[in-house]
Amino acid sequence: MLPNSAGCSVALARTDAHRTAVVLIALAVILLAALLLASAFGPYPLAPGQVATAIATRLFGATQSGPIDTILFQIRLPRVLAAALVGAALAAAGASYQTLFRNPLVSPDILGVSAGAGFGAVLGILLSLPVLAIQALGFITGLATVVVVYGLARALRSQNEILVLVLAGIVVGSLAGAGISLVKILADPYNQLPAITFWLLGSLAGIKVSDVQAVAPLVILGLVPLGLLRWRIGVLSLGDDEAKALGVNVRFVRGVVIASATLITATAVSVSGVIGWIGLVIPHMARLLVGPRFDRVLPASVLMGAAFLVLIDTVARTAARIEIPLGLLTAVLGAPVFVWLLARGRRSWS
Amino acid sequence: MLQAANLSIGYEHRRVASGIDLAVARGEVLCLLGPNGAGKTTLFKTLLGLIPPQAGAVTIDGRPIVSLARAELARSMAYVPQAQVMEFAYTVLDLVLMGRTAHLGPFSAPGPRDRARAHVALADLGIADLAGAEANRISGGQRQLCLVARALAQDAPLLVMDEPTASLDLGNRLLVLERVRTLRAQGYGIVFSTHDPDQARELATRVAVIADGRLAAYGLPDETLTGPTLSAVYGVAVAIERTESGRHVVVPRASGTSP
Repeated sequence: MLPNSAGCSVALARTDAHRTAVVLIALAVILLAALLLASAFGPYPLAPGQVATAIATRLFGATQSGPIDTILFQIRLPRVLAAALVGAALAAAGASYQTLFRNPLVSPDILGVSAGAGFGAVLGILLSLPVLAIQALGFITGLATVVVVYGLARALRSQNEILVLVLAGIVVGSLAGAGISLVKILADPYNQLPAITFWLLGSLAGIKVSDVQAVAPLVILGLVPLGLLRWRIGVLSLGDDEAKALGVNVRFVRGVVIASATLITATAVSVSGVIGWIGLVIPHMARLLVGPRFDRVLPASVLMGAAFLVLIDTVARTAARIEIPLGLLTAVLGAPVFVWLLARGRRSWS
Repeated sequence: MLQAANLSIGYEHRRVASGIDLAVARGEVLCLLGPNGAGKTTLFKTLLGLIPPQAGAVTIDGRPIVSLARAELARSMAYVPQAQVMEFAYTVLDLVLMGRTAHLGPFSAPGPRDRARAHVALADLGIADLAGAEANRISGGQRQLCLVARALAQDAPLLVMDEPTASLDLGNRLLVLERVRTLRAQGYGIVFSTHDPDQARELATRVAVIADGRLAAYGLPDETLTGPTLSAVYGVAVAIERTESGRHVVVPRASGTSP
C-alpha cells in the first residue's frame, strides 16, 4: 500500500513539474506572438511576416533603410520592447513582494517607490527639465524613498520588522504623495499640469531606442538575483522564524529582494510613469496557472506581465485617435479581474 | 547533543529566565513544561538560535550555535512549529521540499533527489498519499505530521517541536504522539514542549519545567512531575494518581486532602 501510494505521488510530482514547463513554454510563445502582433499594429500597419523578415534581416547583420525599417526599429520596436520590460518588471516585483510580505494584496509600490519616483518625475516636469533628466530624477527619488523607508524601519527596531517596514512605506509614500499634490498646485495649468497628470497615469508614448538601452540592463540586473534566489525567497513566505530554522539567511535574502524589486520598479516607473494593477493582478494569475511556488510564479509572472503590457500598450496607441493612458486601461481590466479573484472565495491564495 | 549551559534568555531589555542547564542526546525526548508566559517560547527561540542568549551558551556537539551558519545549524537541528493555515496554497510535497533548503546550493531549487527524500519522509510518517494535497485543506493532525515530515527531510538529528499536539483532537493527538515515539526509537533527539504533564510522563526521557524565571525542575519524569512541583508551578492543587492499568495521571486535588 505504502510504496504504491508513494510511487503514485512521485508520478504526481513529475506531472506537476511537467505541467509547469508546458505552461511556461506556452506563455513564452504567447509573449512572442504578442511582440510580433504589437510590432505589426499601428498607424502604418505591417504584416507580421514583414516584421519577422525585417527583424531576421537585421539579426543576420544586414541593415536596410526602407520606411519599414525606420518605423520598426526607430519607433515601434523600442516601444514594444519597453512595454515588455516594464510589464515584466512590475509583475516580477509584485510577485516578489507578495511572497516576501506573505500578503497577496501587496503591489510593487508597497514601500513607496512609485510615489517617490512620481514625486521626482513631476518635480522634473515642473522644473521643465529634459525628458532624460525627468526619468533620472524619478529613478533616483524612487530609490531614495525606499532607502529612507528601510532606514526608518531599522531605526525604529521593532520585533515585527515586516510590519514596521510596511507602515514606514505608507508614511513616506503618503508624504511623497503630498509632495506630488504640491507640485500639481504650483504647476502651470496649461502646459505642465496635463503633462504631470498624463505621466502619473502611465504612458510609453515617446519611447526611444536610448530609453530601452538604459532600462533593459537595470531591469535585468534586478531580475537576475530574484531568479537566482528563487527557492529561498519562496521559503521566506513561511515567515522569518521558520525560514531561519530551515537554513535561510533571512536578512540577506530579504535585503536582496527589496533592493532588486525596488531597482526594477523604480526603473519601470521612471520610464513609463505609474502603471497600477499589473504588479498586483499578474502574480495572482500566474499562481492560478503554476501554483504558489515562487520559483514557478516568478518566470510565469515575468512572461505574463510582459505579454500583458505589450498588448495593453498596443490598445493604448491604436484604439482611439489619442493615446489612452496605460494606468486607465490596466485599472479597467485589473479591477474586475481582481474582484473575480476575490469572489473565488478561497481562504488561501493558490 | 544539544546542550544549554547556564543559559539566560530574554529580549533586549527584558530577562525572561536565567540559570538554565539542560541537555538532549540522540534517542532522548526532553519535554518542556511551564505555565503560560513562563518563557517556553523564548527558550525555544534561543535553543533554535532565533534570538541570541543573554548569557551562557547553547551548543550542538560542543559547538556554540551562534558560531554556526544558518544552513549548518539547520542541518543539525530541525524545527517543527505549530501547524497553521498558510497564506499560500502550497501542496504537502512543496512544504516538505522546503525542508531540503539547507542541503541546496544558494542558487539551487530542489531536484529529483530532494523530491525522493521528501517522499520517503512522507512515507515514514504514513502520509505518502497526501503529497499532492493542498496543505491548508488537510486535517490539523495531518498538517502537523506534514511539518514533522519537513523536519525529517531536513536530515537533522535533532528535532525541536513546539507544542505539536496543541489544538489537535484526541485521534490526531494520539497519532502525532505515536509518531514521536517512533522517531525517538529511530534515534532522533527530540525537544518537545507541551501543556500536558501526562503526555510528558509518557513520552519524555527527561523533563524540564520552566517557571518564575528559572528552571523549576529538571530530571527524570517521575522525579519532576510530582504533585507538589506541579501544584507550586501552576498555582493549583493537583495530585498524581495511579490508574488501574498502572499509569500515572494528574488530577485536581480535592480541598482538604494532602498531596
